[in-house]
Amino acid sequence: MASHSYAAGGAVQPAEHAHPGVRKYVFVGVVLCILTAAEVAAYAIDSLASILFPILLVLSTAKFLLVVLYYMHLKFDHRLFSGVFLLPFSLALFLVLSMLAVFKVVAYM
Amino acid sequence: MVTAEATIRTVPKSESGIWSWITTVDHKRIGLMYGVTAIFFFLVGGLEALLLRIQLARPENDFVSAETFNQLYTMHGTTMIFLVGMPIAVAFFNYLMPLQIGARDVAFPRLNALSYWIYLFGAIFMNASFLFNAAPNGGWFGYVPLSSDYSPGPNMDFWVIGLQVLGVSSIMGGVNFITTILNMRAPGMKLMRLPPFTWMTMVTSFLVITALPVFAVALFMVTFDRFFGTRFFDPMAGGDAELYQHLFWVFGHPEVYILILPGFGIISEVIPTFSRKPLFGYSLVIYSGILIALVGWGVWAHHMFAVGMGPIADSFFAITSLIVAIPTGVKIFNWLATMWGGTIEFKMPMLWAIAFLLFFTFGGVSGIHLGVAPADLQETDTYYVVAHFHYVLLGGLVMAIFAGIYYWFPKITGKFLSEKIGRWHFWFYVIGMNMTFFPMHIAGLLGMPRRIFTYSADLNLETINMIITIGGFLTGIGALIFAYNLIKSLKGPATAGPNPWGASALEWATQSPPPAHNFNNIPVVTSREPLWDDEAAMLEQANGEIKKPIHMPNSSYWPIFTAFAIVLSSALLMTGQWWAPLIGFGLIALGILNWTHEPA
Amino acid sequence: MNHTAVAATHEETSTGLSNFKLGFWTFIGSETLFFGALISVYMVYQGRSVTGPYPSNVFDIELTTLSTFVLLMSSLAMVLALAMVQKGSRKGSLFWLLATAVMGMIFLGFQAYEFTHFVHNGLKLDTNLFGSTFYLLTGFHGAHVTVGVLWLLALWVQALRGQLGQGDALRVEVAGLYWHFVDIVWIIIFTFVYLLD
Repeated sequence: MASHSYAAGGAVQPAEHAHPGVRKYVFVGVVLCILTAAEVAAYAIDSLASILFPILLVLSTAKFLLVVLYYMHLKFDHRLFSGVFLLPFSLALFLVLSMLAVFKVVAYM
Repeated sequence: MVTAEATIRTVPKSESGIWSWITTVDHKRIGLMYGVTAIFFFLVGGLEALLLRIQLARPENDFVSAETFNQLYTMHGTTMIFLVGMPIAVAFFNYLMPLQIGARDVAFPRLNALSYWIYLFGAIFMNASFLFNAAPNGGWFGYVPLSSDYSPGPNMDFWVIGLQVLGVSSIMGGVNFITTILNMRAPGMKLMRLPPFTWMTMVTSFLVITALPVFAVALFMVTFDRFFGTRFFDPMAGGDAELYQHLFWVFGHPEVYILILPGFGIISEVIPTFSRKPLFGYSLVIYSGILIALVGWGVWAHHMFAVGMGPIADSFFAITSLIVAIPTGVKIFNWLATMWGGTIEFKMPMLWAIAFLLFFTFGGVSGIHLGVAPADLQETDTYYVVAHFHYVLLGGLVMAIFAGIYYWFPKITGKFLSEKIGRWHFWFYVIGMNMTFFPMHIAGLLGMPRRIFTYSADLNLETINMIITIGGFLTGIGALIFAYNLIKSLKGPATAGPNPWGASALEWATQSPPPAHNFNNIPVVTSREPLWDDEAAMLEQANGEIKKPIHMPNSSYWPIFTAFAIVLSSALLMTGQWWAPLIGFGLIALGILNWTHEPA
Repeated sequence: MNHTAVAATHEETSTGLSNFKLGFWTFIGSETLFFGALISVYMVYQGRSVTGPYPSNVFDIELTTLSTFVLLMSSLAMVLALAMVQKGSRKGSLFWLLATAVMGMIFLGFQAYEFTHFVHNGLKLDTNLFGSTFYLLTGFHGAHVTVGVLWLLALWVQALRGQLGQGDALRVEVAGLYWHFVDIVWIIIFTFVYLLD
């Protein structure tokens, strides 16, 4: 039932590699909860207001990565999946940053 | 139980009749439908252009009103880009790419059909506006606030809704082609052995799936402004019309590479074949295509030099715009180097390719002028810009398309387009095209603005405009001669074998026209030019005895049904009620449910 | 036993990977541009509304935190649903698929409540730039969640009919990819719209 790949030499390759079990998934879920709680806590604590942005950036990036790498399985899957996702995603990041640059930075120069 | 012998020898039969076309999922048929529809709209867009040119032939003319003129140039641009330029490329991608990679069809055949039917119904929807004398009239870029506050009628509704729907069609196509190229190649067909046309298909498809969603957001914002009372771009509300321009051109610049890269791909196939030499610097040609696409994502605001973004933004985009010309130059040199030392055969495809090299470069040079921000301030919004993009499109893309059609016509039909008629087509078109667009550089520098429906006699532009109009008609005659060539040649004798030009790529291994299943046996590829290295073996594999059972995807009417539901839902927004499209959603859901339940 | 072998395809492809999965990841890539543009619009226009209400007037961070937890946990439910399908556990598949869908519906319920509350406080789509950009972004996100819920329910019905076996794990996996993607868009929205206003 495994798919066949014959690109290079005709050898049968398994479609994916081993992946995490239920325990790992639940653990990731717990971490996601903790990270979210940390985000809200950082938001609520007034004394952190000046560094709220970098804190939230780090925390939300961590959540993003956990979901993408583990739940969406990119860490364990063929690199091609990462490729077809990362290329457009990089452009999306570039888009957001450039729009912010044009309207929030350059506009005031 | 069916014997093994019977299964192996069974070859799926192709069907005939209109129902077979309506339910087809065959990439070749879908490609043909795209092509025929695109050529039809090419003539429509051309007619729109000629009407414009009649109006502009003389100063203070009254052939059409200003309002009609606005509709004509808006629809001319919108039609040529969205109903001709992109679909004709998809026609080629669809027909050829699976053959070039040694596949039997694309990854998602029904999705492929859906893309086509959405295109057709969307195109009909947009053009139906003419019946109400309410064709879109806000320019093909739909700048706000003209397209929102200052267009109270239904004209621009047709535009925002029509293009949104067409965008969905394109994105689905892009996903389809990328998956096909990555995942359905013949054994031995490594990525760096792909024909350059297939490479450009993939690069263009990545541009499509990344640029069109941005346009979708811009269109939604204008749609919401028009229908739901938002004021996304109203400075009184804190909005900024410039945001629309940025979002539009973030899409719009990659869009022009979406238009031209398929043309580059075609030229990269034609020149080696008719020079009897492999493409010079294959890797460079591929990498520069990729680089054009990537850097092309960083140049968009060169369409906005006159907006007042400030010197830092202007400088940045001027520099990136000049940089993006470099990989294009690399390609031109590689094509020339391919010809150098080769045995040139001056058949029609090659004539077009050589003309492409010359006239696309002209267009590229005026593009450089436009990229130099201070110079652009003089040239922008004048006929200089019109000259530039028509040179790269009519001197570039369209010539490449003609090259491609003359080249692959024998494969698709088994017949040749007439060389004799071809030469009439060629010279009328080349002379006409240059007579139309070369003077526009001068008219522009002399101050003739774009998108004006008339001009004063005092400007002394009458002679130039008359020449341009005559040139336009000559070009139109060229296009008609081409249509004549197509029709006449289709009635000719079927004299083309599998590889009449002696080309190198896999599509030339199979019959002309190919059977529904493309290849009797999928060839095993061992090089970049399979038919030059061992034509006999490739022909034998492609046309010899069938050794493995062939499974072809089933036809289906759910794609056309779902496409109709999607366009209908979108069109219902014209009622002005936010809930109206939801009526159509039920139909869409029905279509999708049935689609997912039928066997592929 | 290697679960992944079960989630494989029976089509021959040049990479050995599934067309559906590869195509869907490509589509997700495209969707990042769509949401990227929407988020850009929101962020560019932050602080530019000429009249209120403003975010601080209407946001209820406690409520939104709750709905965020629900959506996040629905992703966990989703991977568990996939694991159950891959194992061939009918009961497990039914439970976790439904759980995911229900949590999605709870999230949508929270959204509906929140939007209603905002409207009562005078924030409609056309009130000001904040209203327009907020509802545009979260509205499209909610529409995506809705489609996801419908997709999951359709899978659940198939599981009920015994039509969702180990061999169908790929379809559940792809539904999961969509679901998780919708979740990560929310992760970004929660941070940049609610917490960083």
